[in-house]
Amino acid sequence: MAGFVQQVVEGLGAGAIYASLALALVLIYQFTGIVNFAQGELAMFSTYIAWQCVAAGLPFWLALVLTLAVSFAGGMLIERVIIRPVEGAPELTIVIVTVGLFIFVNAAAGWIWTFLIKDFPNPFPGGALEAAGVSVSFSTLGVLGVVAAVMGLLYLLFQHTKIGLGMRAVATNPASARLVGIRVGRTLALGWGLAATVGAVSGVLVAPLLFLEPNMMGGVLIYAFAAATLGGFDSPLGAVAGGLIVGVAETLAGAYVGVIGSDLKVGVPLVIILGVLLLRPQGLFGRAVVERA
Amino acid sequence: MSATKVVTEPAPVRERRPPDPRWRWAGLALLLAAAVYAPFQLVPFHVFQLTMVLVYAVALLGLNLLVGHAGQISLGHGAFFAVGAYSGAILLDRWDLPYPLTLPVAAGVAFVLGLALGVPAMRLRGLYLALVTLAIAIFLVPLLKRFEAVTGGSMGLTLAKPAPPGWSGLAEDQWLYFLTLIVTVAAFLLAAGLLRSRVGRALHALRDNETAAEVMGVRLSFYKTLAFAWSAMFAGAAGCVYTWVIGFVSPDSFTVNLSITLLAGLVVGGLGSLSGPVLGGLFVMFVPSISQDVNDAAPGVIFGLLIIVVMYVAPTGLAGLAARLAGRLVKKIPRKE
Amino acid sequence: MRVTAIGCTALLLLAVAACGGRDGGGATTGGTAASGQCAGQQTTGITDKSIKLGGIYPLSGPASAYGDIPKGIKAYFDYVNAEKNGIGGRKVEFVVRDDGYQPPKAVEEARRLVEQEQVFALFQTLGTPSTSATWDYTNQRKVPQIFVATGASKWGSDTAHPWTIGWQPNYISEARVYAAYLKKEKPEAKVAVLYQNDDFGKDLLGGFKRAIEGSQVKVVAEQSYEVTDPSVDPQMRNLAESKADVLLNVTTPKFGSQALAADAKNTKWNPLHIVNNVAASITVLKPVGFPNVQGVVSSTYYKDPNDPTWASDAEMTLYKEKMKQYAPGADPNVPYHTFGWAVASSFHKAMEAAACPTREGLRDSVRNLKGVQVDMLLPGVTLDTAQGDGFPIESMQLMTFKGERWELFGDVIDTRKEFGPLTG
Repeated sequence: MAGFVQQVVEGLGAGAIYASLALALVLIYQFTGIVNFAQGELAMFSTYIAWQCVAAGLPFWLALVLTLAVSFAGGMLIERVIIRPVEGAPELTIVIVTVGLFIFVNAAAGWIWTFLIKDFPNPFPGGALEAAGVSVSFSTLGVLGVVAAVMGLLYLLFQHTKIGLGMRAVATNPASARLVGIRVGRTLALGWGLAATVGAVSGVLVAPLLFLEPNMMGGVLIYAFAAATLGGFDSPLGAVAGGLIVGVAETLAGAYVGVIGSDLKVGVPLVIILGVLLLRPQGLFGRAVVERA
Repeated sequence: MSATKVVTEPAPVRERRPPDPRWRWAGLALLLAAAVYAPFQLVPFHVFQLTMVLVYAVALLGLNLLVGHAGQISLGHGAFFAVGAYSGAILLDRWDLPYPLTLPVAAGVAFVLGLALGVPAMRLRGLYLALVTLAIAIFLVPLLKRFEAVTGGSMGLTLAKPAPPGWSGLAEDQWLYFLTLIVTVAAFLLAAGLLRSRVGRALHALRDNETAAEVMGVRLSFYKTLAFAWSAMFAGAAGCVYTWVIGFVSPDSFTVNLSITLLAGLVVGGLGSLSGPVLGGLFVMFVPSISQDVNDAAPGVIFGLLIIVVMYVAPTGLAGLAARLAGRLVKKIPRKE
Repeated sequence: MRVTAIGCTALLLLAVAACGGRDGGGATTGGTAASGQCAGQQTTGITDKSIKLGGIYPLSGPASAYGDIPKGIKAYFDYVNAEKNGIGGRKVEFVVRDDGYQPPKAVEEARRLVEQEQVFALFQTLGTPSTSATWDYTNQRKVPQIFVATGASKWGSDTAHPWTIGWQPNYISEARVYAAYLKKEKPEAKVAVLYQNDDFGKDLLGGFKRAIEGSQVKVVAEQSYEVTDPSVDPQMRNLAESKADVLLNVTTPKFGSQALAADAKNTKWNPLHIVNNVAASITVLKPVGFPNVQGVVSSTYYKDPNDPTWASDAEMTLYKEKMKQYAPGADPNVPYHTFGWAVASSFHKAMEAAACPTREGLRDSVRNLKGVQVDMLLPGVTLDTAQGDGFPIESMQLMTFKGERWELFGDVIDTRKEFGPLTG
């Protein structure tokens, strides 16, 4: 039994990582109505900025604040320079542009920092909390805590601020939003900036666990997509719940389902994405959108 | 999807001046003649490069049916390419099938698989389809490793390449080139025929306005699934030819990178045109080789940048760009005459 | 379509014109004819003054950490060219191409090097898939493919490809070293194995299982991972369930770090941690934190630039000095550079020993190495090949991590003596 509980805990730990990136995906979807395939790579790039600051001798927390600020500005810049010209184009175009961004950022990071792994300081203490034969490392608890906090902040932002309202209006119908006086361009840029910031938090959280190198987020991305799909692309709560469910499902399937085993567990997100999209496309926590023809 | 601007508008040249069929055939005949002549002049290394360009062109032709003509996005076409490659390899390895027979089988397997995956996948909106196909491409690699008895596992399978028959007097690289050329020409004829048929018109209607097409009686899911299956079939055929040419398959040759590279090649080559896949094949083949002279990481940086830039300045890709440029030139020539 | 067709035609014809005729790239350009006992042998890419080599590495893509190896090789050749008048008076030109760890790209680059660059030999192709995809070609063309950077056992055991040969200890030999160690030190060991689900992981695991046959050492749990997995933590958790007392960690660098960290984190399971040579670099252990990796065991065959034992070693001093001079900006403490240096000096010795300065001469020379000493290899590790033995290095020495560095212990283990020659 302790073994099973321990597996669940491991799954939650993995899930927290997926959830952190899923939050950034959900955020950008909320603001702009697009799915950003480069989100993980941007998070990785932000983490390198933090690493560079720490390596230059800055204290960790200062480096973190600096990184978040740079990521925010960088996200807005990317929106201005790369996304703005294709604004309003079909999804196909935007997906392709973000895929281009994915390739570009990944290669650029390798160019600048090489592909050797870097050690990244862990903001949380080592060691683990022990109870009833089950141990939960402080890192896992820390990641879960930060993810919950970010989720709470996003919820407040979405539901209880004017920015959130405007942003929902823009995502739903840019033309109407513009007519009622919302500055669409600024809202979209803000969305990219915020998503990049949340992504940076995600990168900094996972770097001590996964070790920093340019492909760090590549493996996480598909799980984060599964998490966002499962929870619903328009719900921060859903992203976190989705992430945790995906993490636990994947870990348990790998450990206890012999046919799957540890080699085929990457099939779990595929099954989850397909299943959710066919059975409940809006996800567990999302709102169904009625499309007007 | 209320946007009305469509990425894959046909090149303006074609709209203004419907191509003169005589010119067109003359151009194609010239190209074919040059393609036949080339392997007798080029060193084997370049013949090999051209062969690979053709292999990629066939795969891109399939992807183009889906992305360029049906407006659906796939981030997992490398998976169908791999299925074709492995089908060919397994038939050659286990059953010693004569290699010409592996092509229809490989294409058939990919078609059926495309159909099977297309049924659920096509109920999804564009964006979600991208997610699902991406997940499929990622999942395929460990799946191939799992069935070691058939696929050779992570070690892959090494196969003998088709030997040129004695009567032809050709070297191996030339023979492989001509085999590939025949498959390529057949694939292009098939695709062109397909697009001119009812299916092609239905696909274009879907791409340009799904709702309107549905109102006019185009069966949405049927044609979408069919497009997916056709497109998988071309990728599978390309994969089979790849096996002939390289003589070695391993799961790690078909990672998600391949899928992304294919999409990038198609976008840069030109969505929705018949010549786009050829130009895309050239791009996929030559840009990494050339750009690595700049810096080790440059291929990725240049690939990524080009995709983005092409989406801005030339949504119809190199094919559209070339047509536009040439259109200007051609306009002047008749005046002189 | 028409316009593009004409454009393509023009391009194609241009290419044809630019590249010259098919017969232009004949087999003997640039070479001098061999004479005497060497008459009739291939001299492509070699003259009295020069020798041209080509290497294929993943400089881009997921495996590009290995892209540092050619930097060490280049530094060595630059040094030899500038200060030792080349190899036997021949200046070495080393052309490096990138295959991104993709087999079709490797084939293309191999053909480019052989047919266009007209290299004398392929000196290193990296990775089992890329080498598998190219070795039929190199053997058909009778081009030496020397010292490939992969430890698969087939390079040495195969008889149909005499032109291809490995260098580093193959994965099975390495597995034998660990098996021999466990049989002696922990004769009843229960071993848990974490391995990468590819040729490398399977080869090492298979070799280990064969080497422990008939002993009390047992594999009680095995878990694989994919290079696309974000983390190996779940696998490590499953292995911990087995309560094994030895963990054999068969991973590539990033996952090696993850596994070491996961082992350190789990205070309830403290197996003897054996990490394979591929992931034993300091660059893997440092991110985990040195206090967390004390007592970890591995094995090696060349000198570690971070090991103070070699601080005053003549070769190591030379290496560090020449790296600074000829590869400024590259950190000499990265073991991949040292690896490159060691393999390049092995080539130097093999080329010098060749009876004929021809492709055939090189092929025969690398298959007839007798106790060749290479200064960057550990004392007691030599290059040995013979008819039916295509494995240059089959000796390794165990090491354990103490403080901030690896410490060698025990004698050099010659797996040939312990287990007999490797077959199939």
